Amino acid sequence: MKPDLRFNFIADMQKSILTVRREFAANRQLVWDCYTKSELLDQWYAPKPLTTKTKSFDFREGGHWHFAMIDPNGTHYWSRTDYETITPIDGYTGYDSFTDETGVVNPDLPRSHIEMTFTEQGAHTLTETVVTYNSPKDLQTVIDMGMEEGLTSTLERLDELLLKLTT
Amino acid sequence: MDKYQEPLDTIFHALADPTRRAVVQRLVEGPAPVKELAAPYDMALPSFMKHIGVLESAGLIASQKQGRVRTCTLNPGKLAAAEKWFEEQRASWASRFDNLDNLLTSLQGETDET
Repeated sequence: MKPDLRFNFIADMQKSILTVRREFAANRQLVWDCYTKSELLDQWYAPKPLTTKTKSFDFREGGHWHFAMIDPNGTHYWSRTDYETITPIDGYTGYDSFTDETGVVNPDLPRSHIEMTFTEQGAHTLTETVVTYNSPKDLQTVIDMGMEEGLTSTLERLDELLLKLTT
Repeated sequence: MDKYQEPLDTIFHALADPTRRAVVQRLVEGPAPVKELAAPYDMALPSFMKHIGVLESAGLIASQKQGRVRTCTLNPGKLAAAEKWFEEQRASWASRFDNLDNLLTSLQGETDET
């Protein structure tokens, strides 16, 4: 059985902020490494069934990570994370953008500010990711991007949704 | 797509209140008159009607008056739009973190062996 690790996902639509907290059964240095070394990021960053491929990586203030998430059909979704401030091994801040293959930021798609925090919880590590969009309109654009395929009625899971919105 | 152009943040705002969530939950079972919906709450009717108004303007519910009875009905499409986005976001973060769990386990395995 998997350990019971804390996972919170909170969407504040008024302030355009997503807050994601997750506990990991590992020490802080190791979790930090997984977030800040490209050979490790490539092994976990993209949600399944996508995979991650780093094109360039420069983890320093002012540097950036340029990478693709690749779907099973081989389509590449290019992004970059620009690092703003870095405080090993407490956290870092930066900006996430959508780019093309050469790393040029797509000005038509929203950028988001990210703030990562790593906290010791005994032998475990708690990470917090705060994603902030410039405006509710930007967040709406991101939502619409995920809504291209048809919507299905999912009322049977309503209770779960309402529970999560309460958390 | 047109159906879902209305900002989802109004939907989430509408669902951010416990009374309004309970009303939506009750309406999943079927339409109900306002009087019945208000009954469990220690709240003046005008205050309760404000909650109904927020849910209506978010498009989550519709209401119709017949004689002296106003009946509310759920609009499941709106709810599905909000839920789909929320679920996708949550699932993609959860999947990503599962990957990291596995990686951490294998990295710790390597350390233990040395």
